[in-house]
Amino acid sequence: MTDEKPDDLTQPDDGTFFEQSDRRLFLKQSLAVAGLTLSPLSFLKTAEPDADEAPFGNAEKVSFNLSINGKKHRLSTDPRTTLLDLLREQLGLTGTKKGCDFGQCGACTVHVDGQRVLACLSFAVMQNGRKITTIEGLAKGDRLHPMQEAFIKHDGFQCGYCTPGQLMSAVSCVREGRANSEADIQEYMSGNLCRCGAYPNIVKAILDVKTGGQNA
Amino acid sequence: MANAHLRPAEPEPSLNRVDGRLKVTGAATYSAEYPFDNLAHAVLITSTIAKGRIANINAKPAEAAPGVLAVISHKNTPGVPAYPPVKQPAERAPIGTAFRVFYDELIYFSGQPVAMVVAQTLEQAQHAASLVEIDYQTETHQTDFVANRSTAAIAVNVQRNKTSPFQDYDRGDPDALPSAEVKLEATYTIPTQHHQPLEPHAIIAVWEADDKLTVYDKNQGVKSAQGNLAQAFKLPREQVKVNAQFIGGAFGSGIRVWPHTVAAVLAAKQVKRPVKLVLGRELMFTSVGYRPFTVQKIAMGATKTGILTAITHEGTGQTSAYEEHLERTILATRAMYACLNVSTRYRLLNLDVNTPTWMRGPGDATGMFALESALDELAFALQLDPLELRLRNHADADPERNLPWSAKSLKECYRIGAEEFGWKNRKPEPRSMQADGLLVGYGMASSLYGFHRHPSKAKAVMQADGSVVIQSATMDIGPGTGTAMTQIAARILGVSPKKIRFDLGDSSLPDAPGQNGSATIPSVGSAVHDACKALKNKLLILGASMPGSILSSAWPDEIVIKNGRIYPNAESRSSVLYTDILKYHKLPQVEMTEESKSGPERDQYSMYSFGCHFVEVHVSPVTGEVRVKRVVTCADVGKIINYKTARSQSIGGVVGGIGMALMEESVMDHRYGRYVTSDFASYHIPVHADIPQIEVFFVDQPDVHVNPIGAKGLGEIAIVGVAAAVANAVFHATGKRVRELPITVDKLV
Ligand code: FES
Ligand code: FES
Repeated sequence: MTDEKPDDLTQPDDGTFFEQSDRRLFLKQSLAVAGLTLSPLSFLKTAEPDADEAPFGNAEKVSFNLSINGKKHRLSTDPRTTLLDLLREQLGLTGTKKGCDFGQCGACTVHVDGQRVLACLSFAVMQNGRKITTIEGLAKGDRLHPMQEAFIKHDGFQCGYCTPGQLMSAVSCVREGRANSEADIQEYMSGNLCRCGAYPNIVKAILDVKTGGQNA
Repeated sequence: MANAHLRPAEPEPSLNRVDGRLKVTGAATYSAEYPFDNLAHAVLITSTIAKGRIANINAKPAEAAPGVLAVISHKNTPGVPAYPPVKQPAERAPIGTAFRVFYDELIYFSGQPVAMVVAQTLEQAQHAASLVEIDYQTETHQTDFVANRSTAAIAVNVQRNKTSPFQDYDRGDPDALPSAEVKLEATYTIPTQHHQPLEPHAIIAVWEADDKLTVYDKNQGVKSAQGNLAQAFKLPREQVKVNAQFIGGAFGSGIRVWPHTVAAVLAAKQVKRPVKLVLGRELMFTSVGYRPFTVQKIAMGATKTGILTAITHEGTGQTSAYEEHLERTILATRAMYACLNVSTRYRLLNLDVNTPTWMRGPGDATGMFALESALDELAFALQLDPLELRLRNHADADPERNLPWSAKSLKECYRIGAEEFGWKNRKPEPRSMQADGLLVGYGMASSLYGFHRHPSKAKAVMQADGSVVIQSATMDIGPGTGTAMTQIAARILGVSPKKIRFDLGDSSLPDAPGQNGSATIPSVGSAVHDACKALKNKLLILGASMPGSILSSAWPDEIVIKNGRIYPNAESRSSVLYTDILKYHKLPQVEMTEESKSGPERDQYSMYSFGCHFVEVHVSPVTGEVRVKRVVTCADVGKIINYKTARSQSIGGVVGGIGMALMEESVMDHRYGRYVTSDFASYHIPVHADIPQIEVFFVDQPDVHVNPIGAKGLGEIAIVGVAAAVANAVFHATGKRVRELPITVDKLV
């Protein structure tokens, strides 16, 4: 059994983010995780991080940096943890939903460096150094994002479970310039399932934001 | 708007959802999202065979894996106190036995929970679950409905119960069908379809003490879940608390307490920590029921002028090998049209599958697909407009119970729907309408759903600061219960909705039924109405008793209350505040709890919601691809409480019906008795691009006989009939009658 308390990180969190040079290292770690012959010790040796290279750790815990909703985090997690489970299970950011865990429903949509991304399809450590925005970070304090306002006005949901994903996608859809017509919106929102069938209202909400000329 | 006169105007601007802000900011907390120190994570392991027994379980490698706290199976379960002692050797449970989790080595269906790994983290539990080795002894299974259909029989439960509505039913003259001027016979098939709410079923189970259990569970009825768990674990009811404030959709999948819920409670007992279990999407296909595979044969007789003279409707549905799931499949046919001679038969087929359950419009969505398709076929045979055929056979009273309807504005629904849709532009011949090189089809169907009102309680509390709290152990799986209840309370009390809080989804609140059968507004809405009325009256009496009160000489029915200010009459400029009354009497709060239920009117009237749907489809003559272009739906559900949420509920029903008609099908590989469609990539539900704008209309006339608020249920009739309307439109577009859902391209080219 492992101790699940956060590791006592020796490296001080100076708030600077590592460059996005983590791909190679991540692959190395994946090998170890996959149960190949490396023992944790030899692995650690192989993976000795350069001062400016991260994440680092072992098969059980990997340390890395994330900015989430404008707040910098120094994190240490199981390398198998998806970005979605990191948010929901470890950081208490449960606004991002798990609908399928297979990239098929869009409920877990977040913004990574401003782009919409399915958080269930990405290991947390792969996002080292990136800026994540979740539904909890969409409003500016008490002031809702225009898209949130529009969803309320047009009743763009029923149960609300797909809603955070729809909203994050909707904001991206407008930013990407894909919200110019009803048909466009329908096409570029089709990765976000809604079993309650709120689609027509969601489309209206997005059109409203788009034509209201508000900054989505 | 040119057509504005056609439909009743929305009486007042709708209240936005009271929990809208929570939902759009991610702050609404669903079952799996409650934080606990020391929370352990569970992963279920399910059977890979459909019938047989577990020969051996080797849990050692999993138990040795990092972070693992326990591997639980029938071999080491702490046991459910209410289960009878296990027999040696194990015996198959007789029909009618609810599934018992981790009970013995017997396997009843593929996907049956056989073991559970509990670990410190989800990743550890998932990994360890892959290490549990299970050997099975297989027996021959039967999962194929079509191959086994001849063994279907009257349900054992129905045989025992002479008053069951599922008994063979005959009214009128049995010779009416053979001697009819025009005859029609057809068989309709609905495949197994799954609810698949977007939120997977989930539970956090917490044993607060050896005899005190709290669960955060996804279900549609906290009170019934509380009762079930109390019974299973032999605890007094009040020692079990069930919370379910936010439910991410359910559509029927949460009506029962399922085995996985009990499994998580067992696990929490075993590891003495809070345990969270979230079903993976794949397990959502075998753990929480489904709309059963159903085959229906309909025969109809009519005069040449289109008067129905006979209908026979035989339905056969599937169920598991251990339980009988009955649904209304054939029942609508007895009440829908004025036909003197009607026979119905209902049979069940036991297969080695998990038990089905009610799914939106249970039975009626299935039955009305057949009936309303058959009616369309008859209209074509008679060369009569499908809407005209329905009007000619409109039932002015309930032909089954020989009672007047409590209210019925179906003709008004037809009128509004047809006008708004432009039904008059339909050319009668199939394949006669085209647009942009596509075949255009217009189809319509009727809808009905029985009225359900269950005893419900609500508590209404006026606080010293003038704010109001209303409480009832009702649920919101999506329709917006809290919003509608807030609106009812605001109207009666004359208090701004902003000052009202509605609490639900907690088993310690006043009794209310679960959210199913379109019963919430009719039942709980009435209780909230009664409780608020009682509270208002109490406050008025307290107000009138204040010395020199302007209320002491007021006529109760002249009193006007606005924003918490009570005016003796509409002209009066002076008023009394609710807050003044509490202050004068030095009361921190005033509260009233009321119970509301049906009375003798149930025996005097037949009560149903009614509606109709009009659908336009475009079909590619080359590929057979069907696109729904336009839907107009109109419902008569009595008084509409909140137009905005009601409209959304209707839209949701239509979307569900489009899925049912065009894409949803759970396909099983009968060699293994296992679904091959077990994710959203293979089980298709409608996406944005499949759904056009949908126009919703309501007759919005209170039904004065059903309850004090005049409101009937909407959730089910929103979907009932939609699949038929789509199929009828496809026939009109293509000339091809598809009697087997879903209507996929292979059936059209
Ligand atoms: S949870 Fe990520 S796409 Fe469904
Ligand atoms: S609002 Fe329920 S799934 Fe979209």
